[in-house]
Amino acid sequence: MTRERVYNRRMGDLLITDVRLLDPATGLDAPGELLVRDGLILDHGASLGRPDGATVVAGGGACLAPGLVDLRAALGEPGAEHRETIASAAQAAAAGGITTLCALPDTDPPLDDPALIQFVIRRGEATGCVTILPYGAATAGCAGKEMSEFGLLREAGAIAFTDGARAIGSARTMRLALSYARAFGSFVVQHPEEPSLAAGGAATEGERATRMGLPGIPRAAEAMMIARDIALARITKGHVHFAHVSTAEALDLIRAAKAEGLKVTCDTAPPYFDLNETAIGEYRTYAKLSPPLRDEADRLAVIAALKDGTIDAIASDHQPRDADDKRLPFAQAEAGGAGLATLLGVTLARVHGGDLTLLAGLDLLSAKPAKLLGIEGGTLRKGAPADLVLFHPERGWRVEAGRLPGKAQNTPFDGRALEGKVLGTWKAGRQVFAA
Amino acid sequence: MPYPHRHLLAIEGLEPPYIAELLDLADHYALANRRGTTQRDLLKGRTLINLFFEDSTRTRTSFELAGKRLGADIVNMSVSTSSVNKGETLLDTAATLNAMRTDLLVVRHGQSGAPALLAQKVDAAVINAGDGTHEHPTQALLDALTIRRRKGRLEGLTVAICGDVLHSRVARSNIHLLLTMNARVRIVGPPTLIPAEAARLGVEVHHEMRTGLEGADVVMMLRLQKERMTGGLVPSAREFFRFYGLDAQKLAWAKPDAIVMHPGPMNRGVEIDSAVADDPARSVIGEQVEMGVAARMAVLDLLSRNLRRNA
Repeated sequence: MTRERVYNRRMGDLLITDVRLLDPATGLDAPGELLVRDGLILDHGASLGRPDGATVVAGGGACLAPGLVDLRAALGEPGAEHRETIASAAQAAAAGGITTLCALPDTDPPLDDPALIQFVIRRGEATGCVTILPYGAATAGCAGKEMSEFGLLREAGAIAFTDGARAIGSARTMRLALSYARAFGSFVVQHPEEPSLAAGGAATEGERATRMGLPGIPRAAEAMMIARDIALARITKGHVHFAHVSTAEALDLIRAAKAEGLKVTCDTAPPYFDLNETAIGEYRTYAKLSPPLRDEADRLAVIAALKDGTIDAIASDHQPRDADDKRLPFAQAEAGGAGLATLLGVTLARVHGGDLTLLAGLDLLSAKPAKLLGIEGGTLRKGAPADLVLFHPERGWRVEAGRLPGKAQNTPFDGRALEGKVLGTWKAGRQVFAA
Repeated sequence: MPYPHRHLLAIEGLEPPYIAELLDLADHYALANRRGTTQRDLLKGRTLINLFFEDSTRTRTSFELAGKRLGADIVNMSVSTSSVNKGETLLDTAATLNAMRTDLLVVRHGQSGAPALLAQKVDAAVINAGDGTHEHPTQALLDALTIRRRKGRLEGLTVAICGDVLHSRVARSNIHLLLTMNARVRIVGPPTLIPAEAARLGVEVHHEMRTGLEGADVVMMLRLQKERMTGGLVPSAREFFRFYGLDAQKLAWAKPDAIVMHPGPMNRGVEIDSAVADDPARSVIGEQVEMGVAARMAVLDLLSRNLRRNA
């Protein structure tokens, strides 16, 4: 239904010429052009001719790739519209080259009712520039106790189930959720952090937290939750997905679980491979995240796991916060960073750093998450939705809090120089962003 | 060499010459206080505000007295932390203080980093009078002054800091200061009250008072807060006292002339036995309070010199 509404509108053809075509789903990396008709990719190749009435966009040699599929973003709506609205998040997403975005359900009210799922989907459609796929709350009210109505939520359009930034702390609840989700071919996303060890913590436990006098969260809080849920995946045969994995120990566990053949997947977010805990020096609350930034050894382990395929996707983990949430003493400030506008640029830093090929980086941002979600997109194949991003991989810009697209300005990358700029974004063949 | 900073937010990162300068100046004020020869107009026309978000009668009084002895105009502001939006209060307060043209701002706050946040927003020179579990710089200065007067030096001394190090800003400031001045520092306490990676700060970590106190020149006891017991970090006060409370028997493990210190207020019978706390031959706890005023006078004096230069 969604597909028809978004894609089958009549409009003229679109031809994007003089681009480097990059399709992580097929391995295509070649110069050429791409033709869009009725919101779908009609063809691509070295030279496609000029259909009558086609709008021609000259790519100027820039890269054309599938629009990014962001596995994880909090939107602020409903309930925290002072931080971000679906409309403002959509604007930031478009500027970041994101055309599909999975919205977290720990809103106010939480997305634990089919009507709320439909509401968020409709609000996404109304923006016209991004498909919003809401997660259903894994438990009623995201409170971690009773399972929510997976079947009804799935029918309403919930993409999968999670309690967002709240860990599902009870082993029994997690077991039931993993088991029950199988009936609907779905999976459960865990915020992997043992809550009793993380409570009140503001930074990764260690020398830095000790010096700054901040309550620490031990790194093992992540690994032990992941170890527990892997054991539950084993006995339930369910699919567990771990969000924003950030420690070497946890990644080793996931690597082993995958080798064992369990249905275990995971993502990470740009801060965990671009920053380490030194970013919180001088009590910089914009760098206060959940999970907290780790040490350099963990950052390098995350990069290694991106390279060897242990990590399935890079998600923005966009968590909008306003000035009142952040201009507080560090332990009182809210955790979370804005991430939509910087998702591509920070990932490209790993490409420029030689850790990932350009196609591998794009794979983690589009084809792999699309496959994980079981949705179309993440490819330039003929017949695929014309969700596209045009970017210049080397063009530089500086991240500046206060000047980012969208409402949320709480970027942990404030001041970071990035190479890789989005020039244009198309949703179902319609241009939704132009630099 | 003039003191190069506008504020005193932490001991960590302070270079040895500035610590020495502060201690020398404090020594001068200690002597002047005893003789009654303090120059009483040094801070004339300067406004000092004691901004306390946490109750602390002794630190506030000590700063108040220090400011008065130097002739400053002093206002005490106690801000309730029970209000819902603490942060708004903090930054709103900063705006208010700027409007009042405050010169020196003494801040006590329950959150680590709060004085640093305030320092970014106010025009005044900010003195950290204790922030969360981060630092309490003037306490470390007064402790060092007390030690130096009793032992003649800091370098080469062995100082044992005992008890709830995890939650102690006093311990952190003392560790930084004493290590910077080339003393040896041991921290002693149950593993649940020792901060993570404490050894990386450069201290020796002990979990037994016997090994921790052995050969120590200075035994510094920390206050154990009642909440720590309810938080389950130690099982009971009597168990804590049995293994980590300083009594005459445990003190005998230290050097025969070792001095006993405590930042106050004391929990008698929890971390320290009255017989030790009140022993004039060993305890310098009263002298610490006296040195507190002198150390704070030195800090106010030094920071106000920069104000004058900038004015």
